[in-house]
Amino acid sequence: MKGKISSIINKYNQDRGRLLDMLLDIQNEFSCIPHEAVGVLAEELDISEVNVEETVSFYHFFTREPAGKYAVYLNNSPVSFIYGRAEVAETFEKEVGVSFNEVTEDGLIGLWETADIGMNDQEPAAIINDTLFTELTRAKVKKIVRAMKEGKEIKEIAEDVAEAMYNRDGLRTMVKNNLHTKATVLFSEVELGKALKKAVGLSPEEIVEEIKDSNLRGRGGAGFPTGLKWDFCRRSKGERVFLICNADEGEPGTFKDRVIMTQLPEQLFESMAIAAHALEAQEGFVYLRYEYSYMKDYLEGVLQKMRDDNLLGKNILGKEGFDFDIRIQLGAGSYVCGAESALIESMEGKRGEPRNRPPFPVQRGYQDYPTVVNNVETLAKVAPIMIRGAEWFKSIGTKESAGTKLLSISGDCQEPGVYEMEWGMTIREMLEMVGAPDTQAVIVGGPSGVCIDPTHFGRSVAFEDLATGGSMILVGEQRDLLEEFILPFTNFFIEESCGSCTPCRDLTVILRDKLLKILNGNGSQKDIDELYEWGQMGKDANRCGLGQTSANPILTTIENFRNLYEERVQTDEDYVSTFDFEKAVADSCEAVGRVPNIPSH
Amino acid sequence: MSKPIVATTSLAGCFGCHMSFLDIDERILELIDLVEFHKSPINDIKEFTKQCDIGLIEGGCANSENIEVLRDFREHCDILVSLGECAIMGGLPSLRNGIPVKECIHEAYLDGPTVGSNTQKVLPNDDELPMILDRVYPCHEVVKIDYYLPGCAPRADLIWNAVVALVTGDEMELPYELVKFD
Amino acid sequence: MKKDGKLYFEIDGKPCYAEEGQSIIDAATENGVFIPSLCHMEGVKPAGSCRICNVKVDGRNMTACTTPVEDGMIVENDIPELTELRKAIVETLFVSGNHHCPTCEKSGNCELQALAYRFQMLVPRFPYKFPEKGVNPRSDQIYHDRNRCILCKRCIRTVTKDGKHVFAYHGRGGEDLHVAIDEELASRLTDEEALEAMENCPVGAILKKERGFEVPIGERKYDHQPIGSEIEN
Repeated sequence: MKGKISSIINKYNQDRGRLLDMLLDIQNEFSCIPHEAVGVLAEELDISEVNVEETVSFYHFFTREPAGKYAVYLNNSPVSFIYGRAEVAETFEKEVGVSFNEVTEDGLIGLWETADIGMNDQEPAAIINDTLFTELTRAKVKKIVRAMKEGKEIKEIAEDVAEAMYNRDGLRTMVKNNLHTKATVLFSEVELGKALKKAVGLSPEEIVEEIKDSNLRGRGGAGFPTGLKWDFCRRSKGERVFLICNADEGEPGTFKDRVIMTQLPEQLFESMAIAAHALEAQEGFVYLRYEYSYMKDYLEGVLQKMRDDNLLGKNILGKEGFDFDIRIQLGAGSYVCGAESALIESMEGKRGEPRNRPPFPVQRGYQDYPTVVNNVETLAKVAPIMIRGAEWFKSIGTKESAGTKLLSISGDCQEPGVYEMEWGMTIREMLEMVGAPDTQAVIVGGPSGVCIDPTHFGRSVAFEDLATGGSMILVGEQRDLLEEFILPFTNFFIEESCGSCTPCRDLTVILRDKLLKILNGNGSQKDIDELYEWGQMGKDANRCGLGQTSANPILTTIENFRNLYEERVQTDEDYVSTFDFEKAVADSCEAVGRVPNIPSH
Repeated sequence: MSKPIVATTSLAGCFGCHMSFLDIDERILELIDLVEFHKSPINDIKEFTKQCDIGLIEGGCANSENIEVLRDFREHCDILVSLGECAIMGGLPSLRNGIPVKECIHEAYLDGPTVGSNTQKVLPNDDELPMILDRVYPCHEVVKIDYYLPGCAPRADLIWNAVVALVTGDEMELPYELVKFD
Repeated sequence: MKKDGKLYFEIDGKPCYAEEGQSIIDAATENGVFIPSLCHMEGVKPAGSCRICNVKVDGRNMTACTTPVEDGMIVENDIPELTELRKAIVETLFVSGNHHCPTCEKSGNCELQALAYRFQMLVPRFPYKFPEKGVNPRSDQIYHDRNRCILCKRCIRTVTKDGKHVFAYHGRGGEDLHVAIDEELASRLTDEEALEAMENCPVGAILKKERGFEVPIGERKYDHQPIGSEIEN
């Protein structure tokens, strides 16, 4: 074992900064990070074992015990339950013969839960090894388990159970694109290389000006002006400059970057090259969330083709000194790594803990050099803007929100999928478009966004009104909004917190417990008021976006659905005890062998 | 005008808070001018026979009897005060809260180093005995508590200040030296 | 605004001066203003993790330990909104661990307890959680009690003489994260190093074995004066 681990470490030149890659390889090789591996890594990288373990234990897809030759990670997003996740899970357990969080005795199959994997439009979905299985049913699960027991190749099993396979340049997957275009910026036919050719003829400053003029703003959710970010980075005058494409699409309910990378990878990479020219960056990275590792080889293939065509590499398009290449960095399962500075920490092989700001990544980012981190969708829009100009881009959308937005729409509706639409569409129009007549709530921007009721459905999707990274989770009237969405989303934030900031780490747990008190019928009006008051505290106190928004599912439902909380309150008293006499004495009575005698009052 | 009535009890506590109460020394004479004591270990009145103004609770809830006494106090006292760390957060008895109660019982009666005399391996299971709770509960998890006086034990002056303030309705003073958790 | 090459700034209206690059909290200390914190410690990179040193700069919350002073900066510190937030964070820490002050070797010298005293916490507003945390007595020099740990990162930012970390975060999230100790490295600590580790810990989570209760009640650090009064003028 030691030899294998050493050769993995050598593959990355014993560079501590590549610890994440080493661990991914080790997990792949041994279906876990064995204890011995921790020791060897610590020794050869000259760090203590607890330093190796701090990284290992941070990421969801690293396990200390073997996860199974077939490691089944079944998504547990709230939307998956709408599509029958419960019976799919039950079938897995029955057919495999173990419960979730267990591995069969022979080590063949392990069943695991995982949070939103970016497949909300085709749930229930699971990742088995590096292969995606979508739209699972009882029958499909039976077939999959049988095939796993026969030891079939996982890719072969996918071919067998899929109704159809999506096929493009070597990518064969069950994952559908479900793309609908209502307005076209991104998905207008862009001739490969045309935008880059134009960009090469411009100075870096001219490109930055053009992007500034276009009013392109970050599509990940925060909406920071892209041109300004580039400008700040240029002003840092780094010896080296890095460009990172943030493909860690982790906000529950969003899956648009998946579609962009599946359908338009050339346009994305070409846009990155244009950005690199503007930033005078020599190295670029795509930080790809682990859940999308099924497209890694495909993307590598596209990159190679573009190198062959001189769209990447040395002296790009013949321009002397324009060198730029892209490496794909795989994540290992962490929501907070979508925050740009956490992503950078992760790229450096560490725990994905967001950094303190200042300094900002454009000042000191990856390896302490100026670094621009842009979302997939943001970058992919650069090429069309280059070709057709800032004025054209601004002519689409609203005053403050230029161009189009990709929405990831899922939940209770007839046509879930990715929609490219002009900024400014109202929620009501959107619901009509996807066939969702009986909508109780829309969770705009995912759990970190806002949960709105029908009185808000006349509002429009735009930075000046409902700003969003594009996750739209539709909740039908038949759902229990608090139990089925708000509680699991709050648990999601508890689990995904890096743990660094006290209010995010501990207060969110306190909020969840208070929410449970109310849901369990032990709440009072005072509890609702306190829940709201306490939820506000983290907003300004925490460092990063996760911490600042982790109370949003609770806060925005108290604002817009207070009646749902009040329905659970059974008394006018402001104090309700959670003490349960019967439960409290049950264990000790059993231990000493007596029948509990509970007083009547 | 009748004097305000005070009741006190010690639940899962060590009586240290009551000892500290007695540390008000000669002010105890002022105190009996100020208030009347009802159910309390101080005068050994065992049952409530009338409604009281103030109840001082020492100790948290470790068994079913503690729960019943505490609820009885809530019923018969207009104001309840958690006196000391055990009442406020479980205190020393709550060190067992991370250990399943079954293990605690086995350690105490079967496996521990001090069970020598229990040769019959008898577990306390008589119906008359209080039932052990799964963990030690702070009082305010069981009933509504109105005021808290921390300390192990709370300083005598803190208890004095509090009782006087509650009786007279004056603002209570909390000098730095008096509010301590140990 | 600069004076003698120093940056000028104000905390709650009080004129203050700072070196270029100095953090708000360090500059505040030098200017006789106390900004409470549990994770800040001299000699290590600021973590900004406990969030207690949140101050307002131009109306925005910033951690005073990670934000450098800028010339002309207007800082709000001792205002009801921030005191309330800080008190709430202290209360959060009390209920999220198992802080049995009467049994703790650090009682009287504990910074978490001292802040609770300063903010006059009588009982946390949040319910006690009584989480299972565990202790690790296995190294020769250190007794590691995770029940008392507040995850401030002070210990994990320090290193031994040969640059190794004895402590590190392990896991993540609100219910799993804890500090792990490298037992072997901890056993090899010198007496001085072990004592320093104990002193660096703001609470009683890291104890040097066979040390504790050395100073009698009444003579401990925070028995008579609130934390911060040594700074304030």
